Amino acid sequence: MTIYLDASASTKIDNEVLIEMRPFIEEEYGNAGSMHTSGLKAAHALNLSRKKIKEILNVDEVIFTSSGTESINLALKGYALKNKSKGNHIITTKIEHHAVLDTLEYLEKNGFEITYLDVEENGIINPKKIKEAIKENTILISVMHANNEIGTIQPIKEISKIAKGNNIIFHTDACQAGNSESLKDLDVDMLSLNGSKIYGPKGIGILCKKNSIRLEPLIHGGGQENKLRSGTENIPNIIGLAKALDIAQNNIGEYKKLSTLRDYFIQELLKIENTILNGDKNNRLPNNVNITFLNVEGEAILLMLDEKGIQASSGSACTSNSLDPSHVILALGMPYEAAHGSIRFTLTKDTTKEDINYVLKEIPEIIKKLRGISPVNLTLEEIKNV
Amino acid sequence: MYDVQSKDGKEWFYTDEVKDHFFNPKNLLKTREEAEQCAKQASGIGEEGSPACGDLMKMWIKVKDNKIIECKWQTFGCASAIASTSMFSEMVKGMKIEKALAIKPQDISKELGGLPARKFHCSVLADKALRAAVNDHYKKTNQLDKIKEDKVKIIDKILKITDHDIEEAVLEGVRTFEELQKRTKIGVQDKTCIPEAEQLLRFYLEKYFNKKQ
Repeated sequence: MTIYLDASASTKIDNEVLIEMRPFIEEEYGNAGSMHTSGLKAAHALNLSRKKIKEILNVDEVIFTSSGTESINLALKGYALKNKSKGNHIITTKIEHHAVLDTLEYLEKNGFEITYLDVEENGIINPKKIKEAIKENTILISVMHANNEIGTIQPIKEISKIAKGNNIIFHTDACQAGNSESLKDLDVDMLSLNGSKIYGPKGIGILCKKNSIRLEPLIHGGGQENKLRSGTENIPNIIGLAKALDIAQNNIGEYKKLSTLRDYFIQELLKIENTILNGDKNNRLPNNVNITFLNVEGEAILLMLDEKGIQASSGSACTSNSLDPSHVILALGMPYEAAHGSIRFTLTKDTTKEDINYVLKEIPEIIKKLRGISPVNLTLEEIKNV
Repeated sequence: MYDVQSKDGKEWFYTDEVKDHFFNPKNLLKTREEAEQCAKQASGIGEEGSPACGDLMKMWIKVKDNKIIECKWQTFGCASAIASTSMFSEMVKGMKIEKALAIKPQDISKELGGLPARKFHCSVLADKALRAAVNDHYKKTNQLDKIKEDKVKIIDKILKITDHDIEEAVLEGVRTFEELQKRTKIGVQDKTCIPEAEQLLRFYLEKYFNKKQ
């Protein structure tokens, strides 16, 4: 038995999506740039998909890329490099995905000045802080719509207003938001999104932008995507992303019902002593549960869960390439001691109460076992005083 | 040794040996009560690491005729830390103290059929905890002359970089002097320390990875 609770890492492709993609994998393999019937069919599918996405999101332009990460790179580097005559200051938060943080770090090394803002203890940015951080040379603000680790949802519309009022371009990384948040009337200048989090294919992302925004391309070549992203268009994945986004954005109400199951899960997990819920209790993705189990190490929990058929994820240093624990959990003001035992469960749209009950049956024993062998015995009060 | 994201496409990044020791650890004190009980009879108790770093290892040893007859432990650590300590505690049982202290992390890793490169530092905790437990035993039995502490020595006099920093850098993946300098800035200002730093780098590479530069 497998209970997959890692939807924020990757989702299963929807059957309807697969059906639409299939002919373009198996039969229609033409290049959208070719002057013959096969090419025209591909070009037609490409145009239809683009049109569909533009309508769903109500945006001017859609650029297809290979991933959310590439979209974010194009948005941040592409804008900064093209517009450096306007200024060199960029504002972001400390809880962004590494696709944003590492890209900005790169820009920092190349003459840009970056402000990384703290979030509140609940994992949400106070828009006031953004207002206060704006300087004369600020050209860009990038804030994620929903956080990938703790699921907190950021006040995008408010930030957008602030950006507009100050004539600053605003980009949002909406990779985690596509299932539960309406992205149609966000009115942001740039938005990044990918297929693999919304029950679509992997290896496909989009960057949406307003017509007036000028970007420097990162990939040069055949001049596809209005010269902003060269490379033969990945037609099956483009079709898949358009369909997946269509389904996701039209079923937000249904998806949000997952929050009932999420709240039940959180409530039961918190009954285990010395556990902490990371991120805001209510203002979070309907499928996100992020819990710290004090005195145990996240990777050990993950492996024991996996042995029981339960697949989750951890902000533990030991599961990532870096030896530092999650920057997101640390940004909540949590001490290092507490950041090592955080586990993220992200429900899929097919997760049932039976699945959750099974996890709830197994997890106390795993925690008890690992705490038994742990020489560390910190309590919630001690953690708060660290 | 192979890496987690490695080229050989192995499905599980830990070997069966690691998994076995992780799920069925040997010589482990399974509850706090057991640990308290064990403390009463132990010849020496040692601790290494800190919970803030995500790794804390505690070890209880029983010594008879200069031999380790029991090695019990507890850990707040990841799967590699659990598995390598379990293996280590089996390896040292019945060994003379000096011999046990000479076990290198790569010996443990070898017994486990290899650890992912970046998990290697987890196995270092076990031998350091043993060193602390042995010192505790020497203290308790008044053999103070035998106590060996890890003395920290400053190598780069301007940036205050120690031999310990070089050791850490090696354990976390540094293999060449260029990498070491990029990471620690050692010798950038205090150029007189470069020969000694290079020598230490070679020493730790050899100690942990049997690599000769």
